[in-house]
Amino acid sequence: MQKLVLALAAVSTMGLAACSKKAPEELPPPPQQTTPTPPPATTAPGAAAPGTQAHFQQTMRGQDTIYFDTDKYDVDSQDQAALRQQAQYLTQYAQVRATVEGHADERGTRDYNLALGERRANAARNYLVSLGIPANRITTVSYGKERPKAVGSNEAAYAQNRRAVTVVIN
Amino acid sequence: MKLFLLPLFASALALCAGPVLAQVAVPVTVPPAAEAPVADAQDGGGLTGSVTDESEWQDLGIAIPAFATDREQATPANAQGTTALGQALAEVVYSDLRNNGLFRPTGPGSLPRPAYPQITAPAFDQWRGRSTEMLVHGYVRAGADGQLTIGCYLYDVQLGQQLVREGWQVAPSDWRRAAHRCADMVYSRLSGESPFFDSKIAFIAESGPKDNRVKRLAIMDSDGANLRFITNGQSMALTPRYSPDYSKIVYLSYLNGYPRIFVYDIGTGRQTLVTESQNPTFAPRWSPDGRSILYSMAMSGNTDIYRVPATGGQSVKLTDSPGLDVGGSYSPDGTQIVFESDRSGSQQVYVMNADGSNQRRISFFGGRAATPEWSPRGDQIAFTHIAGNLRVAVMSPAGRNMRHLTDGWQDEAPTWAPNGRIVQFFRTAQGGGETSIWQVDLTGRNERKLDTPVNASDPSWGPVLP
Repeated sequence: MQKLVLALAAVSTMGLAACSKKAPEELPPPPQQTTPTPPPATTAPGAAAPGTQAHFQQTMRGQDTIYFDTDKYDVDSQDQAALRQQAQYLTQYAQVRATVEGHADERGTRDYNLALGERRANAARNYLVSLGIPANRITTVSYGKERPKAVGSNEAAYAQNRRAVTVVIN
Repeated sequence: MKLFLLPLFASALALCAGPVLAQVAVPVTVPPAAEAPVADAQDGGGLTGSVTDESEWQDLGIAIPAFATDREQATPANAQGTTALGQALAEVVYSDLRNNGLFRPTGPGSLPRPAYPQITAPAFDQWRGRSTEMLVHGYVRAGADGQLTIGCYLYDVQLGQQLVREGWQVAPSDWRRAAHRCADMVYSRLSGESPFFDSKIAFIAESGPKDNRVKRLAIMDSDGANLRFITNGQSMALTPRYSPDYSKIVYLSYLNGYPRIFVYDIGTGRQTLVTESQNPTFAPRWSPDGRSILYSMAMSGNTDIYRVPATGGQSVKLTDSPGLDVGGSYSPDGTQIVFESDRSGSQQVYVMNADGSNQRRISFFGGRAATPEWSPRGDQIAFTHIAGNLRVAVMSPAGRNMRHLTDGWQDEAPTWAPNGRIVQFFRTAQGGGETSIWQVDLTGRNERKLDTPVNASDPSWGPVLP
């Protein structure tokens, strides 16, 4: 287990240095498709105070979330790009802490999906740490299949639900 | 629990009541319903032996007319009095005995109501004309103290003979338990199997939309009646398990924002963390003796299975694979644990010794295999088979003879009836995600939904009540 964490971190650092990896064969669906995410893309400036979750969401424009394949938890190049943006934000607002929420789609058993969600959240967190964010500023929480973002029972919905979402805490 | 067992001795004079659970020395003497039948009932003739061929039993007709009452009386158990209560009692017995793949019961709705004296002296000729082989009679009386006395008799109609009888004194609120005991008596006597109706289920009550569902810890009787919420839904609750003595429920709660296992004490209403940890803990399970709890804990994304004394203390790590090792269910003798792991690349079922040694995979039939639960009889493991849809299946502890019991879109998380003949599980509807608890017998042919007032998932079947 320890070995795995180290390997992940190593790969991540490499990815940072030599940013261009093989093009992702299949991109996760664009987050804009997602149904009920309330944050407005453009709000009147000054609506959200810097360092708040609302401000983080506005700034990230969907890059607060990374997506995974079925039963997978690897961070691909598109995920890395999103996590770099998150890391930039967390570097700029050094006082904020963050939680990475890990999720799974509904087509699995409850306990396993909790473990899988934790694994995904941890993969995202490890990458942020590899980018220099102090580990003690980032916690993880798994919701398994209990908090779907897309409510359909189809592959498009599942793809949106297999995710790790970074949330800023003040 | 105020259930008093009234062993009905074949005494010519009276039915002697010895309160078994309460340590009361003075036996209560309850007058007989009518002249007590002098029969060699308890161990005479009748049907014995284990059920192997289901079809043989499917056609065994059992008539269950309304229970009679000596006189109509008010009772807190039924707003309309003891006559209506007698009807309700028979309905519960009928509902228990139907759809188990063993019997062909007929309920009180379509049967004549016997008079009170007929309970101990049935009109056999009349019942023979109704092509029923077995007859259940019962009575209910309300005592001056409000307590109910409920008697239950099983007759072989063709022989014109009583096979077995029992009686109970219960508080009005426990009237359904007497009916379940009656159904258990009939079921055990006719099938040779252990009883299971008088038992309870811990589960998760669900409400609200799919993306913001409220999940509350709740308990109910084995047939879905007497639902009681234990948590208020502010924190998500998941995967409860009754302790073997019903005194506690171990479950997962997001009480402080993060998933942790709590032990809820039903008597005191207090709950404690099963282990102090900065890491998420989930998938709790009791050992058969109730002295330890298995749980899964994630560290740095990896999940392993641990054991901790139920009263708290040092945890012992049982698995150490780089995969997700989750859940765990003890064999009835406590020597082995069946669990799931994706160490091979996908969820599969493994068995290990109780100390974690000798871990070996047993599921080799394609698809994924999850949530294994060892039968209380030890001879089967129920699990969720994932191959496209999720279905409940059983296999031997060696991983052989895999059989699907259900064919839903998403059926998962089987839990065994105390006698190992029935499996409950929960079914999720495609799209809306509504959940409901179902049960199915080991043939897979007899399936039914529990009638719960709210969506329900994660059933955990406790043992037969003391």
